[in-house]
Amino acid sequence: MSPQVAGQIELLGQVLISGILLGGLYALIGLGMSLIMGVMKIINLAHGELMMVAMYATYWMFTLAKVDPYVSLVVVCPAMFLLGVAIQKFLITPVMNADSILPQNQVLLTVGIGLVLSNLALLFFSANYRSVPVSYASKTIYWDVKMGGQTISLSFSYPFLVAFAIAVVLGAALFVFLGMTDTGRMIRATSQDKRAASLMGINTQRITYITFGLGAALVGAAGALLDPVYYLYPQIGGPFTSKAFVITVLGGMGNIPGAVLGGLVLGLAESLGSVYISLGYKDAFGFIIFVLVLIFLPKGLLGKGRA
Amino acid sequence: MRKSPLVAFGAVAALAVVPLLVSNTYVLHMLVMVFLWVLLGQAWNLLGGYTGQVSYGHAAFFGVGAYTSAIMVKSGFSPAAAWWGLLAGGLLAALVGSVLGWICFRLRGPYFSLSILALSEVLRLVAVNWKDLTNGAEGILYIPAFNSKAAYYWIVLALAGVSYLTIRAVMRSKLGFYFLAIREDQDCAESLGIDTTKYKLYSLLISAFFTGVAGAFYMNYMGFIDPGIVFSLSDISIMMILVTMLGGAATMAGPAVGAVLYILMSEAFRVFLKSGHLLFFGILIIVIIIFFPQGIVGTLREKWAGRRLRAANATAPKAGA
Repeated sequence: MSPQVAGQIELLGQVLISGILLGGLYALIGLGMSLIMGVMKIINLAHGELMMVAMYATYWMFTLAKVDPYVSLVVVCPAMFLLGVAIQKFLITPVMNADSILPQNQVLLTVGIGLVLSNLALLFFSANYRSVPVSYASKTIYWDVKMGGQTISLSFSYPFLVAFAIAVVLGAALFVFLGMTDTGRMIRATSQDKRAASLMGINTQRITYITFGLGAALVGAAGALLDPVYYLYPQIGGPFTSKAFVITVLGGMGNIPGAVLGGLVLGLAESLGSVYISLGYKDAFGFIIFVLVLIFLPKGLLGKGRA
Repeated sequence: MRKSPLVAFGAVAALAVVPLLVSNTYVLHMLVMVFLWVLLGQAWNLLGGYTGQVSYGHAAFFGVGAYTSAIMVKSGFSPAAAWWGLLAGGLLAALVGSVLGWICFRLRGPYFSLSILALSEVLRLVAVNWKDLTNGAEGILYIPAFNSKAAYYWIVLALAGVSYLTIRAVMRSKLGFYFLAIREDQDCAESLGIDTTKYKLYSLLISAFFTGVAGAFYMNYMGFIDPGIVFSLSDISIMMILVTMLGGAATMAGPAVGAVLYILMSEAFRVFLKSGHLLFFGILIIVIIIFFPQGIVGTLREKWAGRRLRAANATAPKAGA
């Protein structure tokens, strides 16, 4: 094998690795969105802003108390859960049954919530870009593969690898929770048919609180995991909200395994597209795939979502 | 109802003399922004409020209008090209609208909303990356034609007035009834023989045209555009929805009320707070959605209608008495 071919394989391997690692984080963001969409049938356009809140929480814990971002998950996730429950209970639930000309009042409400959150962050933390300077931010692990007489050296960013591992653990925990616990089953039942679920004696109101809380906690975890590898600023939420709904639609609305697949597909598409097509259009690939999927595969890639 | 054209004419005449009485450029600037947002709100309201197709991507049309006007000036047409740009910007925005509509009207409800959002973001990325045409993220600078704000005030007042009259006329025509029918029940409208895709597209074309005109005007007035400003999801697309919804979707006066509140609140808090000046506007949005789901004008109108109904019931002879 010539060195050029080896170089190409090395590049492709590197691109795939970074795409999958990024995709793991995207999956975490998409899981929360998909849960909320499944149970409430609304698109939470404050999803990215919730992530921003978690990112600032992690940032301040690191800056003021030197708490490692991965340790701060233990505090950030429950706090985000409570924030999510509060938002659902006091803001979204009162609007769920209100009649209005615009059919999407609840969605617009989440836009308003996002606007308030990002402007609060602007007010208190200013528009400056910040980052969490952990000691291992640029640490990389190398993996050399012998192939056809050439050595292919692949690198793994340490914080991305840890983030991916934690995302996998959290995702697996979510599956166990949804599949094996009573509350998890109630969430799935409510997502399938809310009225039937409430006829079976499920307190669907309470389930919506828990679901929104879980969604917020998951995206909060993604935020904390992103902190060591990304910079943060008050308006970071917007682009991530777009990514979240792209992921959710790719996987099929409310389809939990689909959200994982959607996250990986988006991560890979961005990573492959930015290297092989154009860096400038990196964010466009997700949107284009999104529109194509909506038109040609309206039930998502797995074909099981409720479209 | 007979009096309303006279009232409207009087109101426009009264508004037209404002620049003769007010010479404070800051106040005039605020008024220009208010009417720009009235224009934008009206345009969004036709598609979103009256036709029920909630678009999260109107920045696409605003941006196309602004860039059309800017590129016409920069590519060496006569200085008046900026003003032709108002028309050209509107037309090109409508053209882009027909393409986006052709794609997105295959989808309904929130899927339509999100797909048009996605395509408007793609257009923003095109504007950033197609440097030969748009000068990329550096944007385009243009020295505004008039020194006085009054000229711009009259232009934007006229544009807002024309959009108001056009949309009012549309909503009183057969077209308007088709739009309402589509909003209320698309399948039912279809079963009555309304070609819903066609009429949704008409609504989008008119809406995109006025949004494009507003974009071209913005470029002429501000003298600087870049993709982040004119294709902004949060500052244009979402704001158009919030302004309309705050005042009252599917009401003629709603966008105007929303525009006044939006500009007043964001300017007032820009003075007090260094950043985060949209905080209180966001809180107002939340309060309005929870307590006045039809917007300010819509909810007041419902209240009045209810009172009139109760008054009528009180005076009417009781049935069976």
